[in-house]
Amino acid sequence: MANDATQSIHDPATAGQDQYLTFILAEEEYGVDILRVQEIKGWERPTPLPNTPDYIRGVINVRGMIVPIIDMRLRFGMEPMEYGPTTVVIMLRVINDDRERVMGVVVDAVSEVYSIGADDLQPAPDFSTRIGIDFVRGLATVDEKMILMLDIDTLLGPGLIASEDAIAEGAPA
Amino acid sequence: MSIDMAQFVDAFLEESFEGLERMETELLALDGGDPETLNTIFRCAHSIKGGAGTFGFGAISEFTHGVETLLDRMRNGEQEAAPETVNLLLRAVDILRAQLHAARDGGEADAAEVAEVRTLIEAHLDDAAPAAGVPNAPANGGSGGDTASDSSGGGGNGPRGWRIQFRPHADLMRTGNDPLRMFEVLEELGRLTVHCETDRLPDSAEAFDPEDCYLAWTLELEGDATRDQIEEVFEWVEDECDLVIDPLEAAPVAPDESSAPEPGADGATPARPETAAKGSGGSARGAESSSMRVNTGKIDALIDMVGELVITQSMLTDISEQLEEDPSQMEAQIERLRTGLAELERNTRELQESVMSIRMVPIAQVFNRFPRLVHDISAQLGKQIELTLKGEATEIDKTVMEHLGDPLVHLVRNAVDHGIELPEARAAAGKPETGQVTLEAFHRGGNVVIEIRDDGKGMDADRILAKARDAGIVGPNQQLDRHETLQLVFEPGLSTADQVSDLSGRGVGMDVVKKNIRGLGGNVELESEPGKGSRLTIRLPLTLSIMDGQLLKIGDETFVIPLIAIVESLQTLPESVKQAFGKLPLYRLRDEYIPIVDLAAMFGRAEPSPLPEQALLVVAEADDQRVALRVDDLLGQQQVVIKTLETNFRKVPGTAGATILGDGQVALILDVAGIARMAAGRDTRAA
Repeated sequence: MANDATQSIHDPATAGQDQYLTFILAEEEYGVDILRVQEIKGWERPTPLPNTPDYIRGVINVRGMIVPIIDMRLRFGMEPMEYGPTTVVIMLRVINDDRERVMGVVVDAVSEVYSIGADDLQPAPDFSTRIGIDFVRGLATVDEKMILMLDIDTLLGPGLIASEDAIAEGAPA
Repeated sequence: MSIDMAQFVDAFLEESFEGLERMETELLALDGGDPETLNTIFRCAHSIKGGAGTFGFGAISEFTHGVETLLDRMRNGEQEAAPETVNLLLRAVDILRAQLHAARDGGEADAAEVAEVRTLIEAHLDDAAPAAGVPNAPANGGSGGDTASDSSGGGGNGPRGWRIQFRPHADLMRTGNDPLRMFEVLEELGRLTVHCETDRLPDSAEAFDPEDCYLAWTLELEGDATRDQIEEVFEWVEDECDLVIDPLEAAPVAPDESSAPEPGADGATPARPETAAKGSGGSARGAESSSMRVNTGKIDALIDMVGELVITQSMLTDISEQLEEDPSQMEAQIERLRTGLAELERNTRELQESVMSIRMVPIAQVFNRFPRLVHDISAQLGKQIELTLKGEATEIDKTVMEHLGDPLVHLVRNAVDHGIELPEARAAAGKPETGQVTLEAFHRGGNVVIEIRDDGKGMDADRILAKARDAGIVGPNQQLDRHETLQLVFEPGLSTADQVSDLSGRGVGMDVVKKNIRGLGGNVELESEPGKGSRLTIRLPLTLSIMDGQLLKIGDETFVIPLIAIVESLQTLPESVKQAFGKLPLYRLRDEYIPIVDLAAMFGRAEPSPLPEQALLVVAEADDQRVALRVDDLLGQQQVVIKTLETNFRKVPGTAGATILGDGQVALILDVAGIARMAAGRDTRAA
């Protein structure tokens, strides 16, 4: 699959287009830059971390690496879901300040891969809710469906991680 | 054919640094010019010079040349190994180190200092020259102008030139030396005239061996090359030829022969910008390096173990195939499978141990800098100090070692500077005039212990306590015993106060030392007796990435607590559980009240629950604070590999990272000090 993605990136027909992997959250569809998807795993129970927001489910072991797991429904303040055998975790490479982190996001299901040009993205309206829109790259329409394209570097960036850093400061080296 | 020289350059640099350390050690040990020691030092210098020349570090090779010449004279007994000469050579070692650092990191050595030491060395050579009868200026000094500026060491103008009689032995060529190349080098030094002498050629063709050298040459080199430069050209063939170098009879030739290319050892240090990269005896050497030398034995052991692992793997594969083919043999195969898995476990454990051991390096790499440091400081202060190193072979994790350098330098400097008294004072106190400083490393338990002992004036606990009370570090009514009082020197407020360092003789930066050592997961303690001396004890973990852990169950979660932090685990006695403010449970353990921590509640996993009648407590200690953790079950003890949460997330208060258990699950490692702080309410969020 990764190969297909790279090929079509260099395919003139799709030049200037980005490929997105989309996933479902409560029947809504969201997309992330496919080049940032490292792998897709089944749900496994993570080890909870102390004093973290509920959307940080904990950490799991991915081939010897400790990776935090974030529940997207909870992150967006949606109804929580029951985790089941079909629940998937998308491992994403998040890049901030030249530092790459791997984080897993829990979603209902993986949907499709779309090639979408930057011109086809419409700016997101002002949601004016407690959910910021700075992590929405834009809206795309495919087959009458609306897809929210997410900027994972912002969504899973320092804001999410550092929310408790005030405490971490006080922790010993 | 191009060879990638870069890899050799690295090896050269690494070896040169080692050579310098060797030189330094030997110079310090040089007592009255033991020829064997001098030989060793000379060889180090010689290798550096040779390598530097090969890799195009002209400045280094040039500088080393002077050092080498001086050493050569010393070992030939032409120059005395006087203390000032040794000190000069030590300075030269510093310069070389700075130059090598510059060569490695792309900086520049401090040109002014290089030039200064060069001049000093040359001056030293000049002093010795007449007495020793080393290459000298022509005695007659034909044309007046020349004699005045003559100097053999390489500065100013030499004689008009040199006559070189070069008669190679017959087998010169067999050793890969080529006279033609040497002449080419000579040609760069001045105007070269070559006369070939064919008198040795055999008469008949039968007697002629094409691999022998029958020719001899008389060369005249005009220009301002020095004898040293010429000797250098013939350095590699010294033993394979008859070489006579005479100054040319001065003849009224054009005095100015400056068209010759500027030769190297001409006194002029290449003009370079002065972005100094000084690497003297101090901390500059502590920099973390990304490569390391590993004992071949360790690598061989590793290869052996991987071999065994492969065998075990094929055995397991074989079992699975046999099971597929013939399921009826199930029971026998399962027995084999068990054996195989046990084998695998052993292999894995051994492999892990041996991989870890690769990171272990002898502590000598840190200790080695101290003889020099102590030598320099004691000379500065006019003290007599004997430094004893013990247990240099003790191995310690490379990362730990790299971070250990600066704190140790600080502590040893303190011992020398403030601990040991001046000879008169020592004599007056009835002690030997020479003070003793001992640096010792050894393994104890899972730790590396480093002790710094001195027999100096020691520290006065009463004065420290008084000072601490003044500074408000200790409350007016707070009682401290002697040991606790002494540990106050590590307190920031106290140690940075100048008066205290005058008073007690110690102090500045001790808080930083403690912080650094804490950062490595270790601790430091001071013991001292006024008039008798002091002892600093540093305890460090063997390695930063593996530790012995106790697994415990709290709620549904498995946690790991460092074994070293556990004081004891116990079943509660109902009468020992006390309550403060109606909600803070304390446990009375002997004479001490220890706060009971409900981790599930503290970590926000459950509502606080009342302590059951019979609870299991693990009393743990860190940073001199004790907490009693309520646990549901004690599981096994095992070595765990510490993984940081920061790679993909961030530091999480109350945890010191995570580890992966046998079943692949992640378990958090508890940070006892952090938990104690959270329990004390300093991290309010936990409440």
